[in-house]
Amino acid sequence: MKPPPFRYADPGSVDEALDVLAAEGDGAKVLAGGQSLLPLLAMRLAAPATLVDVNRVPGLDRVEASAGGVRVGALVRHAGLLRDTAAAEVQPLLARATADVAHPAIRNRGTTVGSIAHADPSGELTAVLALTGGSVTVARPSGRAEVGWRDLFVGPLETSLSGPAVVVDAFFPALAERSGTAFAEIARRKGDYAVCGAAVVVTLDEDRRVAAVRAAYLSVGPVPEVHDLTEAVAGKPVDSADWAAAGALARTLVDPDTDLHATADYRRLLVGVLTERTLAEAAAEAAGRTAA
Amino acid sequence: MTTKLFGEPVRRREDARLITGRGRYLDDIGAGALAAAFVRSPHAHARITDIDVEAALDVEGLVAIYTYEDLTGPMAEPLPVLIPHPQLHAPRTGYPLADGVVHHVGEPVVMVVATDRYVAEDAAERIVVGYEELPVVVGIDTARAAEHAVHPDVPDNVAARHHQETGDVEPALAASPHTLTFTQTIERSACTPLEGKGVHARWDPDDGSLRVYSSTQASTSVRAAIAAKLELSLDRVEVIAPDVGGGFGVKIVHPWPEELLVPMAAMRLGREVKWAEDRREHFVSSAHERGQRQEVTVGFDDDGRLTALDVHVWHDNGAYTPYGIIVPIITATQLVGPYVVPVYRVVVESLYTNTVIVTPYRGAGRPQACFAMERTMDRIADALGLDRAEVRRRNLITPDQFPYDHHLTFQDGRPVVYDSGDYPGLLEKLTALVGWESVEERRAEAAGRGKLLGAGMALYVEGTGPGPYEGGHVQVLGSGKVLVSTGLTSQGQGHETVFAQIVASELGVPMEDVEVHTGDTRRFGYAVGTFASRAAVMSGNAVALAARGVREKALRIAADVLEADPSDLEIDEGLVQVRGTPGASIPLRTVAVLSNPLRYAFDEAAKQATQFATHDDTKPPVAPGDAPGLEHRDYYSPLRSTFASGAHAAVVEIDPQTWEIDVVQYAVVHDCGNVVNPMIVEGQVHGGVAQGVGGALYERMAYDADGQLQNASFMDFLVPYASEVPDVVIDHQQTPSPLNPLGIKGAGEAGVIPGSAALASAIEDAVGRRVAAMPISPSELYDLVRDDTAERTAASTRRTGATA
Repeated sequence: MKPPPFRYADPGSVDEALDVLAAEGDGAKVLAGGQSLLPLLAMRLAAPATLVDVNRVPGLDRVEASAGGVRVGALVRHAGLLRDTAAAEVQPLLARATADVAHPAIRNRGTTVGSIAHADPSGELTAVLALTGGSVTVARPSGRAEVGWRDLFVGPLETSLSGPAVVVDAFFPALAERSGTAFAEIARRKGDYAVCGAAVVVTLDEDRRVAAVRAAYLSVGPVPEVHDLTEAVAGKPVDSADWAAAGALARTLVDPDTDLHATADYRRLLVGVLTERTLAEAAAEAAGRTAA
Repeated sequence: MTTKLFGEPVRRREDARLITGRGRYLDDIGAGALAAAFVRSPHAHARITDIDVEAALDVEGLVAIYTYEDLTGPMAEPLPVLIPHPQLHAPRTGYPLADGVVHHVGEPVVMVVATDRYVAEDAAERIVVGYEELPVVVGIDTARAAEHAVHPDVPDNVAARHHQETGDVEPALAASPHTLTFTQTIERSACTPLEGKGVHARWDPDDGSLRVYSSTQASTSVRAAIAAKLELSLDRVEVIAPDVGGGFGVKIVHPWPEELLVPMAAMRLGREVKWAEDRREHFVSSAHERGQRQEVTVGFDDDGRLTALDVHVWHDNGAYTPYGIIVPIITATQLVGPYVVPVYRVVVESLYTNTVIVTPYRGAGRPQACFAMERTMDRIADALGLDRAEVRRRNLITPDQFPYDHHLTFQDGRPVVYDSGDYPGLLEKLTALVGWESVEERRAEAAGRGKLLGAGMALYVEGTGPGPYEGGHVQVLGSGKVLVSTGLTSQGQGHETVFAQIVASELGVPMEDVEVHTGDTRRFGYAVGTFASRAAVMSGNAVALAARGVREKALRIAADVLEADPSDLEIDEGLVQVRGTPGASIPLRTVAVLSNPLRYAFDEAAKQATQFATHDDTKPPVAPGDAPGLEHRDYYSPLRSTFASGAHAAVVEIDPQTWEIDVVQYAVVHDCGNVVNPMIVEGQVHGGVAQGVGGALYERMAYDADGQLQNASFMDFLVPYASEVPDVVIDHQQTPSPLNPLGIKGAGEAGVIPGSAALASAIEDAVGRRVAAMPISPSELYDLVRDDTAERTAASTRRTGATA
């Protein structure tokens, strides 16, 4: 379990990183927190010719919370985002989901943007990016562009990005007014990849009736998926909405796989349970944020 | 009077070193050594058609490549069958490097030696081995069906048929008022010590000697194996077990191929060579355990008392049987537990499969045995509508029945005769500790919170401290330092602490003066090893006897100096004194100096022992039959094993929406005779319970039909984290063993034994469905509860009836 030989680049700026990536072609890989990449190297499941270590690129370690949302730089560690109270106020799901990312040691090194760029459908923040309708900023030699989450995730551990590109930040839109969120996951052991997880947002109308319900799930498909569950509870007063009905609807919308740790049926069961539980929680928060 | 340290919760003296990074583990040794890496079989069963090393030859830093062709003499022969047994009728072992055929994924085929491990792996990756795949046998069913054979000359895949019986079981069953027959399975798991195996070897060509460090549980026997296989005289080989980061059984197996190949390479190359196993290698090329299917038929009377027990076990032993049939024997003989079983018959068929070998893992066949017997007790209780604790109580061996002879033959070839115990006492303490009487109230309370609560229990008897022997050497230096050495090895158990406690107590010296060494053949050449919960029993008694010998000699020498009778002397805090006469004393360190008559004074203390300082010219300086020095070597060899015992209870709460299983209470009552250090015993119990919970709820070796291990990493093979291990409450009971001077029994494995049995019982109690296969995950529990054909327990039907 030792990596094969690779060259190592230590660029001082995003442009320099792009120069190395352009020169090295497909054999180059960006290294940030290394929590997924380094084990892949050690097991020789990946053999990049060059590692482009962006850890010393200035300016990528910022969390910028504004009224519109939270922009998370490529070198922000999970632990940093977890502690960021300004970000949590704008988009509470960030801290709620990040709390379930692995263990403290991994959260101290691993980056939020890195885990998104890794495109693991079990990733907490990939699901949050999807649910919030977020995007990433991709730097290329030709300039920077926003890529929406739907265009980013192509398959398990696969994004649409090709050629020289560095994801420099991720943007999570703010929680809308009269809305609440919740996040929950079930893992075999504390800190493991979830067997199933759910991130939800409930939005009420001015009469405290359910206006919109959306949910994103972890570990149920090849890419993060967002499902609109509004029809199950649309127009219901928040206090008497049948969240179990929304859970039942969700179960019909997902098509999970069986693996070593859980059957597809069990995952579908959890989709229903977690949907019901998180929606109740999110609805309570939404109600609290909606004037009676 | 010296405070007796025996029995005190003395803090582990090795911890400060080990937890602040000052331990010296295998990979800390030989920073400049060449590194070995292995090309291992990617196929479970295949014929090797070609090995092409061409592409590896231009890797810079490559030093050597070895295949089977390069092995000569005994190295080219199969690895030893370590523990032969007449009922192991078809033993098979592998070769250090595969000879033409591979029998499991991970089997070593080529060894590469290079300047470092990175380069060695680069070269290994370029070696192309051609294989012709052969049919693969995975799992007990496939092995029994025997459509294909793992070894062509063992067509039925049966390595051994182990059989013991204590009477005529069939008429006894026929005459029984009730009988039950059922089948259970238990999955494979493994030791997974944090430190894998590892070997470092250095050949001194001028001296013609070999020094080997190995992360082993048996350094003396590794030494003997290396000497035999590499055709060296035993006195030219030293083997040292440095600090070892856990063993749990896997490192008692030896010689591992790497333990022979690394020294061989060191000798051939004249360079230091090292191999440190990585985690993936450990999963596919070390050893696993546990996998069994059990068919149980039990007869019992209206009161739930056993009348006969007939058990047939199919045991998956993997591709080879280097460790004999120790695990089947232990399952067969420990199955009877703390109970009176009037007539017992057991057959264990040990089956070859194309998987990693199966050798003892902490518990070593006992968790499976306990699972069979304790679930039998639960079923009897369920069938008769009796309390599970009550059924057990009625079947227990009572304290007046010791020594209790089960008329079985144990793993050491000696009779299963329980030396002492108080099993009703264990059960009484356990039911009090867990609150067994209030389970129904708690069930109702949990139901109010939307949870399914269940409780379960399991009792066990564990044969510990088997022979043949261990030795101890104690020497008092002129500085006052007391050196203690024993040949068996340590893997973190706290031997440095407990052996020092024993010697300090026996000798009457401060513990700080005592220094303990284990597992180093330079210091102690005769030993067996660390396994079967035997270190405290075997080496503990051996060092105690050695210390008593030193004490006797010290008193004899001091009596001369003090002109007193030895029986009037005592040793306290390192001072030999005449009892009741203050001032009439001599330090033990001075006695040590005087014990060695000198011609040359090398320091102030030594002057006292030189020839013009001593005046008795009536006898030679060293009397006939005596020896210079204040030291003694002694051995402890037991008549048979001691039998420790215990009882566990678990309470679980299950979420009926997600089927997550939460162990909310775990209670242990433990009896290992006299306790040297209760803190260390409790630590052993905690660690054992953690592994028991792992085996019950998390761990399985997921082989596919092609013999590929699907979860060969700590990401997918789930060992419980601290967050998954319940708080453990422990109560002790001490029934001393009459078999050894210290009255102690082993404690190392106990904690793991009842885990699967107690948790299966608790889960079954919570959900009302029969749990006959362990481990069980939430996903599997969900499958069980919605399976209309799954058997409901009678207890759950009665409960439903009662509330309807």
